[in-house]
Amino acid sequence: MSEDVAPHTHFQYADARHQADSAIAGMWLFLATEVLFFGGLILTWIFCRHWQPEGFTAGAHETVLWIGTTNLALLLTSSFVYALGQAAIEVGRVRMLVWCCALTAGIGVVFIGLKLLEWHIDLDEHLWPAAARFKLEGGEAAGGRLFWVFYFVATALHAVHMAIGIVAVAWIALRARRGDFGAHWHTPVTVVGLYWSFVDMVWVVLYPLIYVVGRLT
Amino acid sequence: MIWKLLPDASSSAWETDGLLAGLTLVTGAVLLLVFWLMLVYAIRYRDDSPIDRGKIAEKTFRFEISWTIATLVIFFGLFVWGADLYARLSIPPKDADQIFVVAKQWMWKVEHPGGQKEINALHVPVNTPIELVMTSEDVIHDFFVPAFRIKRDVLPGQYETMWFTAELPGTYHLFCAQFCGTDHAAMIGQVVVQTQSDFANWLAQNGTSGTLAQQGAPLFIRYGCSGCHSGNGTVRAPSLAGLYGSPVPLSDGSVTTADDRYLRDAILQPKRQVVAGFDPVMPSFAGVIPEEDLIRLIAFIQSLSPERPR
Amino acid sequence: MSQTVTATRALSYLEDGKTLRSWLLTTDHKRIAILYALSITVFFFIGGSAAALIRYNLITPEGALRSAETYNRLFTMHGVIMVWFFLVPAAPVTIGNFVIPLMIGARDLAFPKINLMSWYLFMAGGACALYALFAGGVDTGWTFYAPLSSNYAQGHVVAVVAGIFISGFSTIATGLNFVVTIHRLRAPGLTWYRLPVFIWSFYATSVIFLLATPVLAITLVLLSFERIFHVGVFDPRIGGDPLLFQHMFWFYSHPAVYIMVLPGMGIVSQIIPCFSRKELFGYKFVVWCSIAIAVIGFFVWGHHMFVSGQSPYASIVFSLLSYFVAVPSAIKVFNWLGTMHKGRIHFNAPMIYALGFVGLFTSGGLTGLFLAALAADVHLHDTYFVIAHFHFIMVGGMVSAYFAALHFWWPKITGRMYPETIARGAALLMFLGFNFTFLPQYILGYLGMPRRYHSYPPEFQVLNVLSSAGASILAAAYALPLFYLTWSLFRGERAPRNPWRATGLEWTTDSPPITKNFLVTPTVTSGPYDYNDPHTKLADV
Repeated sequence: MSEDVAPHTHFQYADARHQADSAIAGMWLFLATEVLFFGGLILTWIFCRHWQPEGFTAGAHETVLWIGTTNLALLLTSSFVYALGQAAIEVGRVRMLVWCCALTAGIGVVFIGLKLLEWHIDLDEHLWPAAARFKLEGGEAAGGRLFWVFYFVATALHAVHMAIGIVAVAWIALRARRGDFGAHWHTPVTVVGLYWSFVDMVWVVLYPLIYVVGRLT
Repeated sequence: MIWKLLPDASSSAWETDGLLAGLTLVTGAVLLLVFWLMLVYAIRYRDDSPIDRGKIAEKTFRFEISWTIATLVIFFGLFVWGADLYARLSIPPKDADQIFVVAKQWMWKVEHPGGQKEINALHVPVNTPIELVMTSEDVIHDFFVPAFRIKRDVLPGQYETMWFTAELPGTYHLFCAQFCGTDHAAMIGQVVVQTQSDFANWLAQNGTSGTLAQQGAPLFIRYGCSGCHSGNGTVRAPSLAGLYGSPVPLSDGSVTTADDRYLRDAILQPKRQVVAGFDPVMPSFAGVIPEEDLIRLIAFIQSLSPERPR
Repeated sequence: MSQTVTATRALSYLEDGKTLRSWLLTTDHKRIAILYALSITVFFFIGGSAAALIRYNLITPEGALRSAETYNRLFTMHGVIMVWFFLVPAAPVTIGNFVIPLMIGARDLAFPKINLMSWYLFMAGGACALYALFAGGVDTGWTFYAPLSSNYAQGHVVAVVAGIFISGFSTIATGLNFVVTIHRLRAPGLTWYRLPVFIWSFYATSVIFLLATPVLAITLVLLSFERIFHVGVFDPRIGGDPLLFQHMFWFYSHPAVYIMVLPGMGIVSQIIPCFSRKELFGYKFVVWCSIAIAVIGFFVWGHHMFVSGQSPYASIVFSLLSYFVAVPSAIKVFNWLGTMHKGRIHFNAPMIYALGFVGLFTSGGLTGLFLAALAADVHLHDTYFVIAHFHFIMVGGMVSAYFAALHFWWPKITGRMYPETIARGAALLMFLGFNFTFLPQYILGYLGMPRRYHSYPPEFQVLNVLSSAGASILAAAYALPLFYLTWSLFRGERAPRNPWRATGLEWTTDSPPITKNFLVTPTVTSGPYDYNDPHTKLADV
């Protein structure tokens, strides 16, 4: 190992390739912890649905399907756009990467905007689970409240992940504009891409749990 | 002496003690072996010991396999012993007498089938299997009687059961074993085991306004149960006569037994288990009926099954 | 085992920057380990003071502290601080952080900035928890069982929970760093089976960090939601299930026990061969036992719930698995004994601490068999028997191992030797004081004294007074190292590179090491415990 290391390479690594692989491995491990984090949430969904099936189903019927579905389409698109940017930087097309990042972050902002609108609608309809006058009544009130606890915790946690993702993607765009990345080195682009796709995938799992399963039963 | 501080006051106590003694012997032997070897090696193989070390074992595989198998066998034996006893403790005898226990911060409320009430005390007759049906009004508590070697968490929102047969008259500690807030340590009481005749006297002296079932009959009307379940209402509802303890076919095709837990769930969450052939029209009584009234209603429904007198 | 390093004069990591800034913004794993060690020590003594007050209270049956509320807050504080701010992080973030890169011939961890960030997260979490505990405290016990913690308890539950949540990120960052480092930054020739058991143990620990901590995080989020808004998934009044909380909590907290003890096993697996001058007995078995413990440890959480209302069938399965997880631990103990057999044993302080670990861990582990036996647990659950059992593992075992490691690597970390005689005395005193404190608690538990009792029936007093007397000895034993180790920082003899003539790459570099650890990346050509060469004889210190 030589003492004069490549730019961006920390001294404990043999070369840039060694460091890039390690960074990507680190992100994958972090995503593994995220899987367990959301896994716990999905476990509560299973438990609550088992104990209060009617109320839980009734609660799910109150969700705003069109916003959830639009958001699903938006997120899938955003991951595709980001992947285009990643493909571009591998052949050194920096401008393309900047545009893709900007578009991805923009879609992310629209997602959050729609999410805020959705929460607004929910609150207007008295679907806040701690509300004194909760929309669902009778035998379905208890299970309905459980569903809406799950709904708000899940969507809020996902939105926090989205917000972090938007900041990260914007940061990639700024760095790309500054000319930090090229065909030979773009590890942060790959790492943030992994994170963004994961947040996207969480929504792919949450979407049926929130909007679909309840409507099918 | 230590063993006199904790009497074997129930039928299972000596069995649990036997298990504990077995565990103490096995683990004591292993512990002695480990400490003995440590001591012997520390002396024999200390650096300045002139002893001839001989040839050091190269192949360790045989040792590893043998002590792995040895531990596995011993541990498996202990597991079977503990699990067998536990399984037997989980199933109450069919003829056990039921006593209801309601816990709240920070007291134990006991209700006998005859309507006798106690706070922080439980009177039971000797040599009679007793099943406690327990629930909590707030947080999780735990009904722990060291002299009987039994304990069970008492949860809000559901019935937990535990049974025992007291064998030795006397007064024993009752502890709350699950931390339940400020006065957790004050949530203690007495379990008084009496001879059959003493217990009968105690029941007579504390007799009140009728048995639990008798107190439950007016509640059955007050909460409106009789409107549908007494057979002459406009809504078709399953009859409750002879229900308790019998199998109930459910609308999803399964069959359950109408025990205390089932009755509780049927009142509080009627739509979870709908009886086959009936519409799910019963409203939930969750939050409407307090725990102590619920006990009386269940006692009343029990009394409608005369072949299982309680 | 490695090629010799030519000693040109390079600055040691301690001399490389003297300003406060150079410490607080360092990315050097060795300096971060020191930062962690200082913070952990503060937390240890805060938690220890709470323990002292607990033992003081229990001297009289009516409770010497008078107020049950104060007592409840004290044991909650003791549990929270000791579990999340001492036992879980202690060995990994201090000893592991310092030693792992040195041991595998790396110049730093894989992600040095994340390593520094983890310390700041730890301090932020600790500040949060301390604020809550001193601003009025929490009276839920460290287990936060719902619905007590969500709807009934007083105090700053959300702040404590937030502190634990934040510190969780810190342990995840540490675990992630270790796993990637061990996979990616090993020196040439350092194959998996040439890794010291220490590395394997910390690897297993890190995997548990990564897989268990997030489940605790989501549990705490749901608990906080319920605490703030008074509606939630653990609330039985709306059909939620308090047992769900226990399942999720123990899914983290049982593996957390192995987070605490696996590093200890790794530490003594280094020390016993070194001071027996002999190869570790059954290396591969010890290695795979660590992995087996980490894996099976994820499937035994239900043994905390035998009397909770969990299905009896589930309990039976959990009981069987709990016995299985005890097997690899037993195998390790036999292997350590096998290592001593026909060795040339030296009784330096690290070895005495390590033997203390083996003895106390074995005792604690064997009483675990009582609690895994279903019917026995029905009697012993939530009594002082449980308290004694896990203190034998955590305090007797883990804290002994931590002190063993501290003494063993002290010359490497500080470049100074500690005073040997007084250190041996402290090690023996700790063993004595520990047994004196916790042995009576086994009997108390059998007699039925429940845990978390501010006052108790008078017949338990004798044993409680005995235990409290032992605690005062233990407190003195814990205070001793604070003094003599601090003294040695200034007056201790200069340490050579390898004072114990131990194998391992960390001993081939300077004491204290230079900032980049190695001038020339070492190359490894042999296994980790090559003590059979007669020339590596340890000169008696």
